[in-house]
Amino acid sequence: MSLKSDVLDGADERPNFKTAAVLAHEAQASRRRLILRVLQVLFGVALIGFWQFASGTLVDPFFISSPADVVKTLWRWITDGTLATHLWITLYATFAGFGIGAVVGFTLGFLFGRWDAIATVFDPYVTALYCLPKIALAPLFIMWFGIGIESKIAMSAVIVFFLVFLNTFGGVRDVSQIYINAVRIMGANEWQLLRVVILPSAAAWVLTGLKVSVPYALIGAVVGEFMSSNRGIGFLIAQASGIFDTAAVFAGLVVLAVAGASISAVLKRVETHVLRWRG
Amino acid sequence: MTLVVDEVTKHFIARGQEVAALSPVSMTIETGEFVAFVGPSGCGKSTLLNMIAGIFQPTSGQILHDGTAVLGANRQVGYMTQMDSLLPWRTVEQNVLLPLQIQGQPRGESVDRADALLRMVNLAKFKNHFPLELSGGMRKRAALAQLLVYDPGTLLMDEPFGALDAQLKLVMQGELLKIWEDTGKTVVFVTHDLTEAISLAQRVIVFTGQPGAIKHESRIDLGTGRDVFKVRFAPEFHDYYETLWAELAPEIHKGEEL
Repeated sequence: MSLKSDVLDGADERPNFKTAAVLAHEAQASRRRLILRVLQVLFGVALIGFWQFASGTLVDPFFISSPADVVKTLWRWITDGTLATHLWITLYATFAGFGIGAVVGFTLGFLFGRWDAIATVFDPYVTALYCLPKIALAPLFIMWFGIGIESKIAMSAVIVFFLVFLNTFGGVRDVSQIYINAVRIMGANEWQLLRVVILPSAAAWVLTGLKVSVPYALIGAVVGEFMSSNRGIGFLIAQASGIFDTAAVFAGLVVLAVAGASISAVLKRVETHVLRWRG
Repeated sequence: MTLVVDEVTKHFIARGQEVAALSPVSMTIETGEFVAFVGPSGCGKSTLLNMIAGIFQPTSGQILHDGTAVLGANRQVGYMTQMDSLLPWRTVEQNVLLPLQIQGQPRGESVDRADALLRMVNLAKFKNHFPLELSGGMRKRAALAQLLVYDPGTLLMDEPFGALDAQLKLVMQGELLKIWEDTGKTVVFVTHDLTEAISLAQRVIVFTGQPGAIKHESRIDLGTGRDVFKVRFAPEFHDYYETLWAELAPEIHKGEEL
């Protein structure tokens, strides 16, 4: 490797300092990433392999089924349309609940964060509701909204609401007075202040709230489906366990895990982009 | 753009006690003048600057900027503090554009003006960087570009270079002097560094310890076109320093006894 560190000319938007040393460093970093990725895959393969091996030799397949059976069930669900119908119902409840909970949580969190009086007046009630296990509300929602999708949406919305509300509240409270004063001096009105300082500053917190609440939205919907329903992945799992179809129970769990992980991955992307200023 | 401070006082209520931050202070700052406030910590010099900027109101007395009383955020001033007030989620260029954007200026012209200022402070190459990617000195230069972009007649500076290392401080002081000489803006500069005050200002006002009041005033006749690197070695500089230090030192000691 040459010792000469010539500056490569890149995009003139940002100065580019990619010297030989930087390139070498990056190559090393990408090798490391590759190795870690391979280990990640190997672990998964080993786990599934062990599961397949253990089933029937170490543990009765009645309890743990086997990867092959789970895949067979999944395949059956995919081909006969079961998966599409039920997954759609569960995701619909998840996203509707997430949307409602996020919008209401954000709005109230913002109001509480901006106006001390509101926060003080409602604080004990919000705290009391927050301490309530949200799942305990499920029977009430079923009474109110029936066993259809509405009760699942309500379940998921109420869980998401608190997470987003508390994070937005914290985020709005956390906005530095220095930035607010600086922008006021420039002549900003309340609306500009909100748009230029408060929302971007709170974005980190709000996004964290949104990210954390996705799995909970899914939990809300599935719990609702467990309690009473005739459709959805939660229903499939409950039904399968009722007839001791372990493979189908696992298949349902796999679907939920994949769905949750995919949504989280998308949100992580969004977060990285919005918060790229954090350097 | 004469700035008149008329019998201004400020009291704060903190922990159940009324604290006088500023006892009656009066002064007149002429257009194009460079004035420095020095004084011990807590002498109300920053408080006075905040009131000139309109961040809060005097307890009594009034501040007239160009004949009109300052009652809300004073739009004719640019304000720079020791704190980093660049918004970290905006790039350097977006930060410099911000004051123009808030005033609703057309975007095309704004961008041209922002770019011109970024070139002036030598940051043209870094305009798409975020503040956290810059060094402290670069952030100060970006803040200076932001301060000048909407061409306020008066610059209020509250220990703007306080957080910089000694060398960088000199460089920034030099740039500020040059800008002041080129543009003829009024500058009110708060510092606790006597050398900085004498090197830059035409008039240095010494404040007493809390509650702040004007104790002494010196005109600094070191001529125009000063070189901040050399001016401190001029013999007159030492005379000013001695005089001002004699006024300032007892105030600092008073503060220590509390």
